[in-house]
Amino acid sequence: MSVLKKLAASAAMATAMVATPAFAEDDVRIAIVVKALGIGFFEAAAEGAEEAAAELGDVEIIYTGPTDTTAEGQIEVINALIAQQVDAIAISANDTDALVPALQRAMDRGITVISWDSGVAPEGRQLHLNPSSNPLIGNMIIKLAADHLPDGGEVALLSATTTSTNQNIWIEEMMGVMGDYPGIDVVATVYGDDLADKSYREATGLMQSYPDLDAIIAPTSVGIVAAAQAVVDAGKVGEVNVTGLGLPSEMAGAIESGASQSFAIWNPIDLGYSATMLAYELSQNGVEATAGAEIPMGRMGSLTLDENSEGAMADPFVYDASNIDQFKSIF
Amino acid sequence: MTRLIPVRETILGGAILVLLLLISSRFADFVAPSNLANVFNDTAPLIILALGQMVVILTRCIDLSVAANLALTGMAVAMINVAMPGLPIPVIIAIAVLLGAIMGAINGVLVWKLAIPPIVVTLGTMTIFRGIIFLISDGKWVNSHEMSPAFTDFPRMVLLGLPVLSWAAIITIVLFGIMMARTQFGRSIFAVGGNPHAAVYTGIDVGKTQFWAFVVSGALAGLTGYLWVSRFAVAYVDIAGGFELEVVAACVIGGISIAGGIGSVGGAVLGAIFLGVVKNALPVVNISPFWQLAISGSAILIAVAFNARAGRNKGRIILKEAEATQ
Repeated sequence: MSVLKKLAASAAMATAMVATPAFAEDDVRIAIVVKALGIGFFEAAAEGAEEAAAELGDVEIIYTGPTDTTAEGQIEVINALIAQQVDAIAISANDTDALVPALQRAMDRGITVISWDSGVAPEGRQLHLNPSSNPLIGNMIIKLAADHLPDGGEVALLSATTTSTNQNIWIEEMMGVMGDYPGIDVVATVYGDDLADKSYREATGLMQSYPDLDAIIAPTSVGIVAAAQAVVDAGKVGEVNVTGLGLPSEMAGAIESGASQSFAIWNPIDLGYSATMLAYELSQNGVEATAGAEIPMGRMGSLTLDENSEGAMADPFVYDASNIDQFKSIF
Repeated sequence: MTRLIPVRETILGGAILVLLLLISSRFADFVAPSNLANVFNDTAPLIILALGQMVVILTRCIDLSVAANLALTGMAVAMINVAMPGLPIPVIIAIAVLLGAIMGAINGVLVWKLAIPPIVVTLGTMTIFRGIIFLISDGKWVNSHEMSPAFTDFPRMVLLGLPVLSWAAIITIVLFGIMMARTQFGRSIFAVGGNPHAAVYTGIDVGKTQFWAFVVSGALAGLTGYLWVSRFAVAYVDIAGGFELEVVAACVIGGISIAGGIGSVGGAVLGAIFLGVVKNALPVVNISPFWQLAISGSAILIAVAFNARAGRNKGRIILKEAEATQ
């Protein structure tokens, strides 16, 4: 039934396309396929895609996706898009491998396919857009602390577990760029195991052991929230700044209380914008997605591809009191 | 004379004092009264849960679902608070205790009526409760800015120099002291755990006593659920993950026999405080995080080994010796 409905919808759409004035037929149609409709993060990405479309002028964005986060749902959507003969598909995949055959079929029909946010295996897309990269994140977390410490100061790290791969890589990258931030001392690294109570206790311990502590950097979403609460309870708001990686919806309270001046995570609007720009470049300007290629993406600069045809968009986006209200309801 | 001075509790109390001295030699501020009050406050949830667990263990059962019960109740009251921010805190607490008690009753009925081993029942419900949190929350967090200020402020409110969270633990300790020593229910718990067959002859329904023990443990887990979520101002699926083991460890350190029948309120409280001191001291004494887990574990093992030795010269063994001489 739903397939019938989709066919009917595509047929109706095709009729509509024929019926529209001549200039609209030349519009480049880029489909933004998301994990599921109704998720704030992706709605924001669609907003970014529309922004890119407005900038490019001759682009029509088709924002679509299944109603639940399944690979089967996305395959149906992809098939419908192939039938509509869109120019490009930019997808955030529910499954790395399951979508490959459907996307290969799309590429066989001359449709540009890229993945963003959540990737597809290399054979199922031309390039993949990562929101950021380990070196960029490592640099950002120390920059967030340093920006509020012009005269230098003591910072401590509150990580997840001692064996968390992501956090360990980010901390290693951070230590590698410490030379760029003179006067900033990393006095300790503690582990909250991504448990709210242990992270809270570790943060409290940091403030006791290092009375002059200026900032706690927590590159983990549980840790940053717990540390912010610990700072509030210790009455050290304004003395100790909690920063790192967190989600706006989870950190809104910490920004409001002043325990956190700013924190970072990817910006879905920029992500949707960049994905649209990349899809346009590949589809219309004949850009080849090969290793080492530099592909422009409008206001976001350019994307450099590695040997897996993957690239990192930008530094994580900084959230603070000025934009938290806009984003806290998004993700 | 030994009846007047409970040996086990004295030894444990002494161990805690030695521990505090050792810590203060490395970090003097730890033993400042204000910090000790903070440590007690941080240990309050563990004390409350350990008392609930004690009752269950005394009846020869075990409740591994306390942390999951806590998390589910915490998520439920947090979501209720988001949906109805105006709901007064006493109502929230009543809901939390009731929800927790219902979950405890489910454990209790399965143990009582279906006679499934408690460890199996509570392992099962532990996973089920965690699963339900995911279902009701959709995997999403309830964050501090969504909770009402009254909801998050209540456990931090200071009465007579101590936060409400600490008072909740103190009141629970007093109530349990009275219940275990002075009520029929309290005495029947010891009877059921000490010798179930003899308990039946005295007219005690063993299954029913175990059922009520689970209800008590569940109700306290529910209460702690609210206190936990409001204290850390966040609710998500994994809160208090693995905490059930800490609760059982507190009981075991406190000299509550896993075989049932032996234990005291004072022991459970001191066991919880011992663990609380260790947990709060490790971050400030500057020990590598890689050693912290090993140290926590060793402290538990040493305490248990000590208890096992202390518990060896008891009446039962004399009976066995008498048997052997026959």
